[in-house]
Amino acid sequence: MYEKDGEKYFVVDGHVHYWNAGPDNRNKYGKMFIDCFYGYHSSLSPEEYLWDEEKFAEYSEEAMMHDLFEIGYVDKAIFQPTYLLDFFPNGFNTTAQDAVLAEKYPDRFILNSSFEPRLGELGLAEFEEKHRRYGFKGVKLYTAEWHEDSKGWKLHDYWSRRYLEKCQELGVTNIHVHKGPTIRPLNRDAFDVADVDHVATEFTDLNFIVEHVGLPRLEDFCWIGVQEPNVYGGLAVAMPFIYSRPRYFAQIIGELLFWLDEDRILFASDYAIWQPKWLVEMFVDFQIPEDMQGEYGTLTPDIKRKVLGLNAARLYDVEVPSEVPQEEPVMAGSEPEYPERPL
Amino acid sequence: MIAEATVLDALSDVRDPELDEPITELNFISDLRVGEDAVDVTLRLPTPFCAPNFAYLMAHDARETLLSVPGVREARVVLEDHHTADEINAGMASGLGFENTFSSFEESEGDDLEELRAIFRRKAFVSRQEKLCRMLLADGCSPAELAGMRLDEVPRSGAKDKYLSRRAELGLDISAEAPFLVDPDGRELPDDAVMQHLRFARVTRLSIEANAGFCRGVLAARYKDVPGIVEKEAML
Repeated sequence: MYEKDGEKYFVVDGHVHYWNAGPDNRNKYGKMFIDCFYGYHSSLSPEEYLWDEEKFAEYSEEAMMHDLFEIGYVDKAIFQPTYLLDFFPNGFNTTAQDAVLAEKYPDRFILNSSFEPRLGELGLAEFEEKHRRYGFKGVKLYTAEWHEDSKGWKLHDYWSRRYLEKCQELGVTNIHVHKGPTIRPLNRDAFDVADVDHVATEFTDLNFIVEHVGLPRLEDFCWIGVQEPNVYGGLAVAMPFIYSRPRYFAQIIGELLFWLDEDRILFASDYAIWQPKWLVEMFVDFQIPEDMQGEYGTLTPDIKRKVLGLNAARLYDVEVPSEVPQEEPVMAGSEPEYPERPL
Repeated sequence: MIAEATVLDALSDVRDPELDEPITELNFISDLRVGEDAVDVTLRLPTPFCAPNFAYLMAHDARETLLSVPGVREARVVLEDHHTADEINAGMASGLGFENTFSSFEESEGDDLEELRAIFRRKAFVSRQEKLCRMLLADGCSPAELAGMRLDEVPRSGAKDKYLSRRAELGLDISAEAPFLVDPDGRELPDDAVMQHLRFARVTRLSIEANAGFCRGVLAARYKDVPGIVEKEAML
């Protein structure tokens, strides 16, 4: 819980990792991958929050509990597993790795899992078994992950749809999709969010949370978000702009509020890439600059409360303490009347 | 002997297709050696996992551009610190083309990169147009006036030059009497669609600019000779 100027904020960090990318658990691609993350961390964090590369590759349970819950104001954190088994022999942060902490601190963590459609029928049974064991409500999908000869897949591939049907059946309603800094496919655009559009239309009872709000294809994401009421935006990676590029951050938030609405934007730190403490503090203090307010309006404490925690709490049936005021969802969308897609 | 300034000037025409900025300004050139009739260029990118398709396009474009400089008979372009550096460098050295360079990768679907390039040319066009319209609206033009303008009625500026160059790349008419405000297919916009069009164009521009800022920052974190981006912008 965070409190400032008499306002209370319930904080759900929608995207955290407990990864192992140490020297014993990575090949040359794994090393490049964690170097890439370290680049994000070191380029967009305030100096006092910078870690060295060694700690960044492999941090302790104590560090994580401290950064999130002791000083970071987080009430609940959602584990989003990222397997990357071709880069990290024991996995980068698998459901099983995350479950160690989630089971030790059940009131703190929400454990999500993942599926791998390229495992076909066999994987489907394993997925069901995993659900029986962990009982998750969400999955994190990484469509650009390598698997044997394949360097990626699409959400509307046949086997992916079979797994999404299984999610419907099991009550796994929150489908987090990583559309962000990745690698493949080679001759298409790896950030392309078009496959989200297909499945959001087909699976209307599932929620699709596009991580990193589709950046750097924000326009494509907004276009999908305005048409599909079950598409949400996760702010991981967009959040840290609040420190280094506050005017860009204002525009990103402003556009999301215009094209989606205040009920479909979810706060996330992407811990350990960034730490929630400074993100939460800066977000609560943040306002759209005056010269942009004509275009974007202002951020009220109610909007900030929704983004910081209430929206995710709704998706995950998390009980919010009664001392935190809860506005009704508007669920409007802006629905601009384009005759056709403008680009 | 070829002048280094001439070579750099030529390379400033090579853009990152995603970020719509010259590779020279993005600090993507880490080394440049100019000899009698040969040029060696080393390229670097913000992360080892930057998209290989865009990396390939930049390396390819740099090589083509260098070979068009008078006096240059040989141009060698090498990409460093990248997960597909070996493939791309081999492809560049033997002039294989993208398809053959990545033929061992399953997800290469047989298309060449022209389709991808076209998507980003359209985005760059829309983004440059929005920037220019923003300036014109700030100077007092109404949306209806924008819709009625001819190209020669738009005052000269750096922003207009960039808009015209992106427009020409799409193969659209850039003659003086051509209508100024057209969509990426060259169709004129009705008065009442201008603001909607610009509303969407604005997100495209924002996306490209925010991405460019992100990439600059990550590059600076990776290579210490590159200036960082953390600028505490005035919030008012």
